[in-house]
Formats: sequence, C-alpha cells, structure tokens
Amino acid sequence: MKFSFSSEQEEFRSNLRRFLGERSPTKEVRRLMATETGFEPAAWRKLNGELGLTAVRIPEAYGGQGFGFGELCIVLEEMGRSLLCAPFFSTAVLATGAILNAGTEAEKQALLPGIAAGDTIATLAWVENPAHWDAAATTLTAKPSGSGYVLDGFKSYVLDGHTADLIVVLARAPGSSGDKGLSLFTVKGDAKGLSRRLLKTMDETRKLARLDFKGVEATLLGEAGAAAVPFARTMVEAAVCLANEMAGVSDRLREDSLEYAKMRMQFGRAIASFQSMKHKHADMLVDVELAKSAAYYAAAALDEGDDDIVAVASLAKAAASDAAVQTAVHAIQIHGGIGFTWDNDTHLWFKRAKSSEVLLGDAHHHREQMMQHWAA
Amino acid sequence: MSELTEDSVRAEVRAWLEANWNPELGLVEWRNKLADSGWGVPTWPKEWYGRDLPQGLQAVVDEEFARVGAIGVAKAGIRTLAAATILAHGTDLHKEKFLRRILTGEDTWCQLFSEPGSGSDVAGAVTRAEMQGNKWIVNGQKVWTTSAHHAHWGLLLARTDWDQTKHKGLSYFIIDMHQPGVNVQPLKQMNGHASFNQVFLTDAVVEPEFLVANVGDGWAVTTTTLMHERRGADGLRTWAMGSDRKGRAYDEERAEIATTMEPYKWYPQRAGRVDLILPRARETGHLGDPVVRQEIAKLLIMSKSAEWTARRARAAAQQGKPQGPEGSLGKLVASHVARAAARIHTQLSGADALLSGTDSPMNGTIAEILVSVPATSIAGGTDEIQRNIISERVLKMPKEPSIDTTKPFRDVPRNTVR
Repeated sequence: MKFSFSSEQEEFRSNLRRFLGERSPTKEVRRLMATETGFEPAAWRKLNGELGLTAVRIPEAYGGQGFGFGELCIVLEEMGRSLLCAPFFSTAVLATGAILNAGTEAEKQALLPGIAAGDTIATLAWVENPAHWDAAATTLTAKPSGSGYVLDGFKSYVLDGHTADLIVVLARAPGSSGDKGLSLFTVKGDAKGLSRRLLKTMDETRKLARLDFKGVEATLLGEAGAAAVPFARTMVEAAVCLANEMAGVSDRLREDSLEYAKMRMQFGRAIASFQSMKHKHADMLVDVELAKSAAYYAAAALDEGDDDIVAVASLAKAAASDAAVQTAVHAIQIHGGIGFTWDNDTHLWFKRAKSSEVLLGDAHHHREQMMQHWAA
Repeated sequence: MSELTEDSVRAEVRAWLEANWNPELGLVEWRNKLADSGWGVPTWPKEWYGRDLPQGLQAVVDEEFARVGAIGVAKAGIRTLAAATILAHGTDLHKEKFLRRILTGEDTWCQLFSEPGSGSDVAGAVTRAEMQGNKWIVNGQKVWTTSAHHAHWGLLLARTDWDQTKHKGLSYFIIDMHQPGVNVQPLKQMNGHASFNQVFLTDAVVEPEFLVANVGDGWAVTTTTLMHERRGADGLRTWAMGSDRKGRAYDEERAEIATTMEPYKWYPQRAGRVDLILPRARETGHLGDPVVRQEIAKLLIMSKSAEWTARRARAAAQQGKPQGPEGSLGKLVASHVARAAARIHTQLSGADALLSGTDSPMNGTIAEILVSVPATSIAGGTDEIQRNIISERVLKMPKEPSIDTTKPFRDVPRNTVR
C-alpha cells in the first residue's frame, strides 16, 4: 500500500490549489451559492476545460485521462478546501461511478465522453426516504414500455438534480423487493413527465433537488435487475471520495481558525498564546490528520483493489464525518461572536461539514457497516 | 582510500563477518571484536569504535548482520542515551572509560533527571551539587529511574548555581551508582509492578572529571539526551526479542534481553491491548450489542487511522521529505487509543472488571490493562506537554508568557521536597 503522494501528484495538488484559490474565493462562493443553479455553466465549463477535472478518473478509451482514485481524491480534497461551487461530485463521482460500474461497453462509449469533456452535467438519483441510503429501500418503479421503460415515483436529496442534463436513476421492477429487481436507468434532465424542484438546503453550496417521475421514458443502464452490486460499488467509491473532500473541508476550517487565533488579541495578547486555545488546536490537528490518513488510505485501497475496501471506505467516511463536524464546531467557537455572523466565512465550511456528515450516511451508519465486515 | 559505496561496504562487512562471527564466542568477547573493528557502530567516529560510515549505509551493515544472524552491540536501555550524550559532549576521558563497556553491555546506565518536584518541568531540578574540597557533593532525590537498581553509572542533572536563572544554573554529571551516598528504592506503581526506582542522593560523591561539558551547561546536555530518548533510541518502545538460535553468544544475549525487558512486561497492557477487543467481545457475547459495536468501531477507526498516520510519516521520512504534522501526533493519539480500549474492556468484562490477578479475565491481563493505561498519557511527556509541543513547534503558536526563566532560580516559587 502506498502511504505518500508522488511528486507528480504533489505538483498536481499545488497547481489545483492555486487555481481554485484564484477562481473560487469566498466572494465568488457566496455569489454562486445564492443563485438557483448554484454554479455558472460557462465559467464551470471553462475551468473544467482548463484543468480536465471531470476527465480525471474516466479511462482514456472514453475520452478521459485515465487516472485513479488517488488523483480524483486530490481534486476532491482541494474542492473541499476551496468550496468550489460546481456540479462535480454529482457528475464526476456519482454519475460517472454508476456508469463505469454498471454500464455496458456501448453505454460507456455513448455517455462518458460528454462527461469527460465537461459538456454533460450528470447525477445519480437513488434516495427517497430520509432514513435510508441503501438500494433496498427503493420504491420508484420501472415498467417495460415499447423498446424502453417508464419510471413512476420520486427521488429526493438528488445532488444538482435540478440542473443535471443526465440523471442516472435507481428503480425496481414492480413487485420486487430488497436487492432483487433493481436496475439503473438514464433519463434526460428535460424528459417529459419529470418535474424537478430545488430544495432549500442548509448548505447552500450543495444544491439538492426533489424529482417526481410520472411515466418518464427511461433507458436501461447495464443489466436489468442486476443493479445492486454495481450500485453498492458506486456507493463505496462515493464514500471514499466524500471522505477526501471532507478532509479538505476540515483542514481549511482548522487553518482558518488557527490564523484567526494568532491574529485576535484579547487581554493584551494573541488568544493563540493561551494554553486552552493551543490544546484545542493540537486536538484539532490530531482529528484532521487521522481523518486524512484514513481518507488517503481508502483512496489507495480503491486503486489497489484491496479486498477490505468496503470496511475501509466506511471507516474513512465515519472518521471524516466525526472529524469535520468536530473541527467545524471548534472553528466557530474559536472565532467567538464573529464566527456566528453571516458575514464571517466560517459558517460556509461549517455547513459543508454538516451536510457532508449526513450525505451518504452518517458516522453511526458507517461504523455499523464497518463492523458488519470486521465483526460478523 | 577507495570510495564508499553500498557494494564496497557490503563486501567488506560480509568478509569481516565470515572471518570473525562465531556464535560460540562469549557475548562480551564478541562485542569487543565489534568495538575493535568498528562494525558494531559503523556510523560512529573511527577513533571511537566506529568507521565514520554515512547514516544511509547503516542499513547495509544491518542486513549483513541479519543475514548470518550475527549479534550486534548492546542496544537497549539508557546506555544508548549515555553513549549518544558522551559522544556529543563528553571528554576523551569519558569516551575512553565508558563507550567500550556500553557497547559490550558490561555496564548498564540510568537517567537521573526527574524529581518529585519536577516532572514535566525537568529544568526545575533542585538536586544540588556543590564543590567541596576537590569533589562534587550531591544531595537530593530523583524518581522514575529505570534500571537504577542494577545500573553502574547514572546521568545526573543537578543544580550548581542558585543565583543563575533556571536553565543556566544546571550542570550535568556522570555519577557512580555503587557508592554509599546513593540509595536506590523500588517505586511501586498503581498496577503493582515496580519498574522504576527512587534514588536518594545523600552526600553522594562525583569526581570533578565526571562533569560533562561546563558548569552551567547542564540543560544543553540534557536536551541532547532527551532528544535521543524521544527518537526512541533506548529501544524500549519495541519489544526486544532474542534469537532462538543455538550458541553461547545467543544464550548470553537472551539473558541480557530478559534482564533489560523484565520491568516492561506490562507495557503491552499499558497501550490498551486493542488486539484483544474483538476476541473479548465475541467471548463475552457482546458482539451483537449495537452500543458496544459503535464503541468498538470508534476505537478501531482511531487505532487504524493512527497506524496509517505513522506510516505516512515513515514514508515521508524515507523519501527525505521534511517532517509534516503527521510525525508529531503519535504519542498523543496512543493515549486516546489506550483510554478508549480500557473503557471498552471494562464494558465487555462487566462485573469481572472488579477482579484482579488470577480471578480477573485472561489470568489478570484485563485487570492489568485497566490499571496500566493511565501511565500512557503521563510517561515520556504528558498529553498536556505533547499538546504544547504540537501547538508550539508544529502550529507555531506563541509560548505562554514565562514567569520563571528570567529571575534567579532561588526566587522562583517551587515545590518543597520532603
């Protein structure tokens, strides 16, 4: 197992950090998060074109760059750090993962080049019930119709669901239950019978939508009735990716509050010189570095085909969830009164930490997932 | 002289071992050969038992020793800290008198730094050394002194000038432990073991030539010793294992390791025995309890992440990258892991956690965990000191304003001894 980044990866990271720092200052984050789309399509296409971000993990055969999760997770960590407002997680992690894991060769040839080029914004719609992130809870139905299928039901908490050009939908055959009868479908964003509503989100930098399907025509992705395994794999990959994004969120919160503590004077000295503050910062560093180690290990484990990946992915997501939220709570506290104001930027990352804590299942959920593999 | 390369060094050490290594030699006889040849400590200076080999080539020598199973110089214990300190600050007389017998293992050493009144604040030592006639006379009390009961020599930090500021009034000595003024008493710990000692110094004598560096330089020398200790140069953090091969030298090495490691047999329990958590959960029927499962998962996440963090630090070091923050966190994390493990062992044991010794689960191991874990967050720098180190050295946060380092130490408020 690799425990360090190569010099090429380090260089990729530092270029990316500089680029995102310039293109996504908090002023821009605040402007975009207040828009309905949540990003600016033209600006995102330009940035994506320059850096080739959505292409990173797509194989060269489908127009991508053919890198692994190691590189994709560097992108995600830096995006967490910069809070870039863009439909990246939905497109490059969720939809790309589902297509790569479930799609046939022809489907990959048809769908992935557009994503790699940055022309297609895509997402994955699977959750319906707020208590369930797993496939088995799916109720949306897919009935054969002519040469395709029609979908009926609803999906919620769909990342960028209101703007996606292409939606990958998890559905089940009528009368099926559990992991049986599940299939993935692709639906166009402007399909007839599909109504999309932007949800009001606590974290405005992460847009979620509710999608209602009334007899929506859909195209099968992969094998009918066999989506459970590729879908589960997609969730494992997504958990690792999100853990790495959260590492960036946590590190940014930690660094900003350290900088603030060094600058803020009270009682005639920088508050960073008080032992209560120093010990809190030492603890925050421990939390963040441990979560980073888990996230990096999990990304390497995906690339190296580790047998233990399901447990390791859940470990990384649980570690990241706890670390991000704890760090965010400390960060607000360290800033004191100013940290509770809208004008101070800390709440932007606090909210991203909270939304990432919950997305794809919280720490409790992932700890139990991990135990099911290690202590059956 | 020919250029040193990995191949040339390998060829040379291999030829030397072929000609000289013999497991039927006595341990001291063999190690004297190592000292004479320079192969025992090849990175040391040529004039002092080494070969001036660059640090990078040490691994080649180690590989060749391992290949034939040759025993090395005595490596575990305070003696290695003594050797490093003497090499850095000692006189030729010190090097002549002490280094060879450190390498052969004939002499054992102890470290007389901590006192009842100065634990985290080692520089607050109040043991006094006064020149009377032509000898130093030492009075005071030292504590947490590993191996003092069998040590021949001690590394002593004592105050020689009370009118100087705290750090400038200290001097560093080598003291003969076998003398009437040195009284060593075992210090029984809360877990029942006595791995350490208290050392009472009553008009103990130090010859003037056994001062290390100059009067008043004691803190700088102490820092050298502590730096090597923090790097784990005493070899006590890893469980030393003797070889199971046959031969007189192997037998004698096994006996040496047994003596050195005897005080540390509870150290695995001190770390919390994470390895026993899942087997114990299974055995006690708690594996299905969702509350216990969450707690176990939290522990395993922390312990795995800590392991991977240490491996990140090692990988960075191997690539010659500057040490990142990940290299400074291990000790503090180890405390968290140990405490969490002890909590779960308690939860799993139920009323059996009330028992001790042979009545406690696993023939006393579980009880020993519960009463040994508190040492983890204290020994070798408390969690609080670790947090100070992390915040000041890694995060560059300012030090607390100090009130004890600018005035004569005589005027600094301090604990009274006895």
